[in-house]
Amino acid sequence: MPDTVVTVRTPEPSAAGVRELTFAEAIREALAEEMRRDPTVVLIGEDVAEAGTPFKVVKGLVEEFGKDRVVDTPISEAGFTGLAVGAAMAGMRPVVDIMFGDFMTLIMDQVVNQAAKIHYMSGGKWKVPMVIRATMGATRRSAAQHSQSLHAWPSHVPGLKVAIPSTPYDAKGLVKTAIRDDNPVVIFEDKISYAKVKGPVPSEEYVIPFGVADVKRQGSDISLVATSSMVQVALGAAAMLEEIGIDAEVVDPRTTWPLDEERLIASVRKTSRCIVIDEGYYRYGVTGEIASVIAEGAFYDLDGPVRRIGARHVPVPFSPPLEDATVPNERDVVDLARQMCNK
Amino acid sequence: MSTATKSAAPGVEVGTPLHMYRQMIAIRLFEERANDLYTRALMPGLAHLYIGEEAVAVGICAALRADDYITSTHRGHGHCLAKGAAPHLMFAELLGKEAGYCKGKGGSMHIADPDTGNLGANAIVGGGAALATGAAYASKMLGQNRVAVCFFGEGALGQGILYESMNLAQLWKLPVIYACENNMYNEYTHYSETTAGDVPARAAAFGLPAETIDGQDVRAVHAAASRMVERARRGDGPGFLLLNTYRFRGHHVGDIAREYYRPKTEEQRWMSERDPLALHSAWLVSEGLADKETLDRIQRDVAAELDAAVEFALNAPFPDPQRVDEDVYA
Repeated sequence: MPDTVVTVRTPEPSAAGVRELTFAEAIREALAEEMRRDPTVVLIGEDVAEAGTPFKVVKGLVEEFGKDRVVDTPISEAGFTGLAVGAAMAGMRPVVDIMFGDFMTLIMDQVVNQAAKIHYMSGGKWKVPMVIRATMGATRRSAAQHSQSLHAWPSHVPGLKVAIPSTPYDAKGLVKTAIRDDNPVVIFEDKISYAKVKGPVPSEEYVIPFGVADVKRQGSDISLVATSSMVQVALGAAAMLEEIGIDAEVVDPRTTWPLDEERLIASVRKTSRCIVIDEGYYRYGVTGEIASVIAEGAFYDLDGPVRRIGARHVPVPFSPPLEDATVPNERDVVDLARQMCNK
Repeated sequence: MSTATKSAAPGVEVGTPLHMYRQMIAIRLFEERANDLYTRALMPGLAHLYIGEEAVAVGICAALRADDYITSTHRGHGHCLAKGAAPHLMFAELLGKEAGYCKGKGGSMHIADPDTGNLGANAIVGGGAALATGAAYASKMLGQNRVAVCFFGEGALGQGILYESMNLAQLWKLPVIYACENNMYNEYTHYSETTAGDVPARAAAFGLPAETIDGQDVRAVHAAASRMVERARRGDGPGFLLLNTYRFRGHHVGDIAREYYRPKTEEQRWMSERDPLALHSAWLVSEGLADKETLDRIQRDVAAELDAAVEFALNAPFPDPQRVDEDVYA
């Protein structure tokens, strides 16, 4: 097999061999390719086989790979995640499916005290090459326990890597990289994006390295650093800002750890203004960390403080008008950007 | 440097009752030296001694192949030695030295050794349950026919992960043995205050064969473990052993004043009547498999080897602080 292309930029939709895939289709394709390439890759989780998960992300994989490699589990998140840790140590590359990212609470000991630390505690002797795919994102009217974006949690823990893709192209390349990585990787996939976000994906195989941010839109007046579903929000806001003469740059870190500090700082040194937008809770979260990295690195080029927009500091409510009030939207970004640019 | 456990002394064949004696005495003398290093303020932190429980680790590990897996606990030195680890590298780890099994990054509660199938000691009570189950799953998927043993104390009976793991192991017929060492105390609390109902019945409820064994009788432990391991290796799935034993020392090396949670008379009774080393020595002599002189010679050999191991660890350098960031990621 020829070496996989390592690439960081989304291809032009018109390029040869480029198809339009949904976010879910791109992830499914990444999983299938890696399972074909490496027989030690297995999918483990609730309703991953015939059901293909409630979001149908892995639908069809059991037909190709069989029930030995697409493994339905009991509703026992800690049990099967911990089992995957042990299996990874003993020669497998398991991909664990955590149906709702809210269930991170149930697997935290296996992830934080086991998977993340085993390599270090053993002086580098054991490795834990596993992937945890979890969902994130609100506005599905699923209320407080099925709507959270908890990617800040694993990002806080040494020994873990965290990917948070926003486009089908990024999702496919990052999932493939995660499976090949010798460390535990947590990937957060936005539930709304699965079917709603479509984009160009080359038919040629590729991977995207971790720790490389992507500029989704070039601009000169203000940097909008955004993650996951908030990249679409930032791009929408940038289009509105363009109409009033503000040229916004949209930068997607793509992985919260490793974090491409250099590229984020470079963008803000150019634009001198920055808003960080993320769907996690506002307090003690991803926006706080990224804003601080940028403030330290671009301080003398900033026109004012780095600003942040995150999810409101409340449990995600059920009622649509209440829930919508908790998630950052284009209007929030536009209003803050105008204020910062005095326009 | 040779090891106290891997290579048998002259005339002490691996897997024999005499070899099990040698391993038990090695654990006992190792732990006495660990305690001594602590009391002389040469060992950072604490250690949880396995003295009194030696027959459990030795009897079970004697039933395992070199490439079989174990997960261990905070009270893990005995499991580690019984599976074949080298004492000098263990002492070096206990002292936080670069030469230690984990380059000084793990310490007493985290010794791990891929060469002897030791997935690691775990300082989360019940922390090894899912890991051992996962290693057994990998063994089955990869067609390796390796068995995993999950050592845990009776304190872990309170942790949900144990039951999630047993459920998965039985559903998928995984080659894993859950070895519950009941030393009667969850840290400073008698297990009767923490454990409802019947313990083997908990495993039996998942369909696991469950045996209750005298954990002070190394031959009984070995026989039961051999049955379970053979069964698992045949593909018949997991098993559960309840090994009744006793922690002769405190919860950790600093736990000296223990009268508030257990009477001295109880300790003295176990030490004088139920010492696994004394019981096994007496049996070896009565069966004519060894005389007192042979046993004494083995003890002297082991002691000399362990003294050299301690010396090695004391003389070994600490890690360079510059290396603190290494090994976070593979």
